Amino acid sequence: MRRIAITLAFIALICGAGPALAERLVVSLSNHRVAVTSSFVGEELVLFGTIEPDPVTSPLRPPYDLVVTVTGPRQTLRTRRKQRVLGIWVNVDSREFLRVPSYLAVLSNRPVNTIANPDTLRRLQIGLDNFLLPQRIGADFADTVRDDPFRRAFVRLQTQQGLYRESATAVTFLTPTVFRAAIPMPAAVPTGSYGIEVELFTGGNLVARTNSALDVIKTGFEQYVADAARDYGLLYGAVTAMMALLIGWFASVIFARD
Amino acid sequence: MQIYLPIADLPVNVFLVLGMGLAVGYISGMFGIGGGFLMTPLLIFIGISPAVAVATVSSHIAASSFTGALSYWRKRAVDIALALMLLSSGILGTATGVWLFTELRALDQLDLMIGISYVTLLTVVGAMMIYESARAILRTRHGMPATLRRPGSHTWLHGLPFKLRFKRSKIYVSAIPVWAIGFVIGFVGAIMGIGGGFLLVPMLIYFLRVPTATVIGTSMVLTLVTMASATVMHAATNHLVDAVLALILMVGGVIGAQFGARTGQKMRGERLRLLLGLLVFAVGCRFAYELVVKPDDLFSLRYVGSE
Repeated sequence: MRRIAITLAFIALICGAGPALAERLVVSLSNHRVAVTSSFVGEELVLFGTIEPDPVTSPLRPPYDLVVTVTGPRQTLRTRRKQRVLGIWVNVDSREFLRVPSYLAVLSNRPVNTIANPDTLRRLQIGLDNFLLPQRIGADFADTVRDDPFRRAFVRLQTQQGLYRESATAVTFLTPTVFRAAIPMPAAVPTGSYGIEVELFTGGNLVARTNSALDVIKTGFEQYVADAARDYGLLYGAVTAMMALLIGWFASVIFARD
Repeated sequence: MQIYLPIADLPVNVFLVLGMGLAVGYISGMFGIGGGFLMTPLLIFIGISPAVAVATVSSHIAASSFTGALSYWRKRAVDIALALMLLSSGILGTATGVWLFTELRALDQLDLMIGISYVTLLTVVGAMMIYESARAILRTRHGMPATLRRPGSHTWLHGLPFKLRFKRSKIYVSAIPVWAIGFVIGFVGAIMGIGGGFLLVPMLIYFLRVPTATVIGTSMVLTLVTMASATVMHAATNHLVDAVLALILMVGGVIGAQFGARTGQKMRGERLRLLLGLLVFAVGCRFAYELVVKPDDLFSLRYVGSE
């Protein structure tokens, strides 16, 4: 919680200290609730938005660049490294990534490193290389350099699963001030609350930002089974075992006839 | 057709999983084994986490062994006294196994432990079965009886105290090796997600000299109870049993098992054992290969917790 508070304070500081905002972002998400049902195979959400002058009389300053950062519920994950020990491959070393997003998508209209300078990107945590991924290192925890082997492996593995991604084509400008962002939700998407951060740049400077949110929830039967397994483990196990016996018995009855 | 698995948290193709259930069920029916040693690696291969695979397979084995046990029961080929004796220690073994499973999962070494157990058990048991059945086949070629039954031959196991008589199997042995075997099977089953049928059958034949007539039926009853209790224990402690996945596997498994049993009954015992030995050995080698050969990716991720 304190970490969030610090981050929020930091964001407030940037916004306050930044140039006088002359643009305003108005965004709308196609769907604020992604329901994971038994036929869920992934989904694509669309975020539409316009850039409006603020106040209305002030001039617009195109061309604009837009970055949409979507973060999933926080998780702690351990990255393990295998090494050959006595001829076999064993996990020998591991790092814990503390409270990192389970889903992280950085969507933009062109590569993020061409939108602003590295310092700005680092400060605003824009791009997979710049997003804060704190690791536990001994008793301490901190984010390491971006080419730390564990950090790289972590981002690579999450990317392979489709959970982390950086796309320089996912945001398209329909007119110089109207944009559309495609947010991919893969089948293995974790359930929980997602934050969407929309940041507008012009000439390498952040000029406006807004945010939105969405929820990924299990519904119906999926929800029921997952809850039962977690809350009533013993009963759930007994029911599963009974189901096994019933099916076994049923098969023997059917096939005993012929 | 894709279906989302609520515990494994990923979608799978229903027909693929059903097909896997059928294929493994066929093999299990044919050889009178649970088939967990085939199913668990298959599930891991399609992307289900090893822990969920091990926990879920136990319920699948419970279903297919119940079908088998029922048909053997009708043929009066189940030694219920022997099964109960094996069970009394089997439950203890399963509980110890589930406990160790939970501990190892916390230590990040579960995958390694599962890997090493598979390699050791499968290659050793597979090789022993190949050797034994090949010799039996050679003996029949030379016109001798296939099974070398020496009723008088006693091992040191027969000298142990607490002797009991098992009527259906017509054996008179000490309770100690019976308990030991039960414990080992329960323990190994819980750790590796296998019923242990392919271990139990040879153990009963070679150590206790249980006749072929009752060995498979008895082993199935044991497998049934250990796997049903492993399901309950895994669900209660690790919350990793995926009922949807289990259901699809079971349906495929019990149907496959019925057809497999018919094929198995038409085959000669020693040839069946040779085939099973080869299968077990091959799966063991596959695991050895994975442990020894440099993996494509040295890094892997493990979920620790949310928030």
